[in-house]
Amino acid sequence: MSYIKQLQDNHSSLDNSIALIDCNNFYASCERIFNPKLMGRPIVVLSNNDGCIITRSAEAKQLGIKMGEPYFKAKKIIDKNNVKVFSSNYSLYGDISQRVMETLAKFAADVEIYSIDEAFLGLNGFENYELNIYCGYIRRIIKQWVGIPVSIGVSSTKTLSKIANNLAKKNKEYDGVCILKSWFDINDALKLTPIGDVWGIGRRLSIFLKKYNVNTAYDFTQLDKGWVRKNMGVVGEKTFLELYGVSCIELDLIPSDKKSCCVSRSFSRPIEKIHDLEESVSSYGTRVSEKIREEGLVAESMSVFVLTNYFNRKEKQYSNSIKLQLPYPTNNSIKIVKRALEGIRKIYREGYRYKKAGVILYGLTRASQTKGLLDYDRESSDSIMNTMDRINERYGSSTIRLASEGIEKAWKMKRDNISPCYTTSFQNLVQVKLE
Amino acid sequence: MNEKNILSIINIGNNKKTVTPLFLDSVSAGFPSPVTDYLENKLDLNEYLVKHPAATFIVKASGPSMIEAGILSGDLLIVDRSVTPKNDNIVIASVFGELTVKKLRKKGSTLFLVSANNEYPSIEVKEEMECFIWGVVTYVIHKAITR
Repeated sequence: MSYIKQLQDNHSSLDNSIALIDCNNFYASCERIFNPKLMGRPIVVLSNNDGCIITRSAEAKQLGIKMGEPYFKAKKIIDKNNVKVFSSNYSLYGDISQRVMETLAKFAADVEIYSIDEAFLGLNGFENYELNIYCGYIRRIIKQWVGIPVSIGVSSTKTLSKIANNLAKKNKEYDGVCILKSWFDINDALKLTPIGDVWGIGRRLSIFLKKYNVNTAYDFTQLDKGWVRKNMGVVGEKTFLELYGVSCIELDLIPSDKKSCCVSRSFSRPIEKIHDLEESVSSYGTRVSEKIREEGLVAESMSVFVLTNYFNRKEKQYSNSIKLQLPYPTNNSIKIVKRALEGIRKIYREGYRYKKAGVILYGLTRASQTKGLLDYDRESSDSIMNTMDRINERYGSSTIRLASEGIEKAWKMKRDNISPCYTTSFQNLVQVKLE
Repeated sequence: MNEKNILSIINIGNNKKTVTPLFLDSVSAGFPSPVTDYLENKLDLNEYLVKHPAATFIVKASGPSMIEAGILSGDLLIVDRSVTPKNDNIVIASVFGELTVKKLRKKGSTLFLVSANNEYPSIEVKEEMECFIWGVVTYVIHKAITR
């Protein structure tokens, strides 16, 4: 207890200011930008294959639609209340996310993009009063420039700023900004925060902690630090200290290069034939190669996997994956797809109904840093890929593609309610009526 | 036979050179090109048309109501949402949830959304109309060649 007292008395530990900016119901808000008619109307966005509900607008939450609920289960409420349903449109969300992050970068030198709709900002040097004004300003600008409403929480550690952000979101009177920079406010906030909502405390840990009567973040801070370390490891101790204003998780400002990259999808319906699997694996191989080319990376090895539907217990199950070496580090779609096809033919077994397949590339390194002796056709390979990328960039993705990807794509993802790619395709621009 | 072989090797070499022109002044024997000193970047329309990339969107006009402002059906409009709308700006406005292009006109304390075509009426902005300015049009891209 003396340690805690020491921390609380030592006010300097709250000097640090970290903001967490979180876009409100991000996917739903993206859909509203180009459809002002949807303001105030309930919206849900579905996961790949239109399976589950992954985003709900505030109005949809109020109707009692649950996060992660399968679409068919919520269909009754959705139809009855005229809820607008969207398939996920990641081209649109990705572009809008980039715009939000670019705009945020104008407000602070230190920005960590944490996810598609969240970022941490280093805001040292502002007084409390100024912080409030500055964050209100950030909110207004993001809303005006990009059209996305955000909530901002500020405190002296990442874990506390997450808690502040939750409060900003839940309490209307905060006007989207919550600053926790005094022990008085922090203790109040900790008492209001269920232990399961604390960053870094997952479902399993929160069940474990509830056995010890720890129901709120505040209860957690009253535990003995040694006990926390013994029972929850270093990660648990870090969370504990962060709740005391001791910054243990630094801003991650330079995103490290990816070490692996995966493209996998569930099929719209079960696939049985090798031919359809080959087509899907070709498409994923092409896409994953495109992705690493965008980042200037090459892959050393890869793996291909397939699996059946685990949830359908009546059917016999099978899953397998195979690791394949590439002849030399490459990002050439043709080479990668060729290996992927060899792989899928090896692990395919007849008589199963496959649900999902994917291609993963490993050992990614910068293309500019690898000059292998054996990649003798590097220049022509690069220029073919370059040409393909540029054609597809200009005329839409898959304008030019490998024949093995197939034409019908019977297995293709179901996206019945997708909105146009307003910001990434000239064919899909918003039409504004001049009447 | 020998001659043919040599020729084909040279051909490959030439091919490679066109793929990656690493040096602009690669011929060391002759007089260096006086132009290379003056090479600049190519003109970039993005740079010219888009001042705030994060806040700039492109929309497509459809309809005749802004003809006199030089906006024809099919034109692309560059919309900068970071610009604060001023009197006489051409704006994208949301009126009753519908996006439309109008000229913003302020008379006293009332705001009007004015068409640039006599056949289309102006709209007086009233509070109950759920009207807001979506963005300010900064450039109009019109295709001059029809065929």
